[in-house]
Amino acid sequence: MIREVESIIIQTICRILIPFIQLFGLYVIAHGHGSPGGGFQGGCILAASFVLIVVAFGLQEAKRRFSEKLVNLFSSIGVFIYAWTGWMALLLGANFLDYGRLSKILPADPVHARYYGVFAVEVGVGITVMAIMVSLFIDLVTGGEHEEAPE
Amino acid sequence: MKLLALIASMITGALLIYATTDFPDWGDPQSPASLHVSPRYIQKTMEETAIPNMVTAILADYRGYDTLFEETVILTAGISAILLIRRSRK
Repeated sequence: MIREVESIIIQTICRILIPFIQLFGLYVIAHGHGSPGGGFQGGCILAASFVLIVVAFGLQEAKRRFSEKLVNLFSSIGVFIYAWTGWMALLLGANFLDYGRLSKILPADPVHARYYGVFAVEVGVGITVMAIMVSLFIDLVTGGEHEEAPE
Repeated sequence: MKLLALIASMITGALLIYATTDFPDWGDPQSPASLHVSPRYIQKTMEETAIPNMVTAILADYRGYDTLFEETVILTAGISAILLIRRSRK
């Protein structure tokens, strides 16, 4: 079990550091097609910020910010976004995951529609990886015995 | 019986190591992968997908199926962990 240790130094540093970690995670996801990075890496960085919340403020505080229900919902939503990006192409008359056909609903030519399709897919990957990493961390670190935070 | 298993696995391992000598050299420009697949990605990624990062273009576009089910594997791993070790007390 995680034992709560109130330390003003750790909590203050984390309060300053966590927004920057999350911003960097979003940057890695959003910049995945321009520089090294992508959904998997950015999702892990976002999950690391929640791990830091658990370490510094305790499990209950982390669960108040990112509840168990929301974690489970997010882990499914990511796969949903990815699969539906593929299905949109299918519904518009192309092959599954053929993003070029998304140009019919996006204000872009087929080549740039692929660019935006890949961006949507990376966002989906990032959401799932983040939520699953948080869920795995909380389960493994408590041995599965944890309760929902009181509202 | 244990001896037999040891001999069998050693023969299989020796065969596999022998087979690796047939592989093309590391980074060989004449290997099949470098002759057909890589040049196509290197030359066409920008004009087909407009994605500056070739790795991401291969990961999410050319190999989109692969990545979709990689993500599903991660989801399955998370669900399995929840099912196996979470004991929620209501």
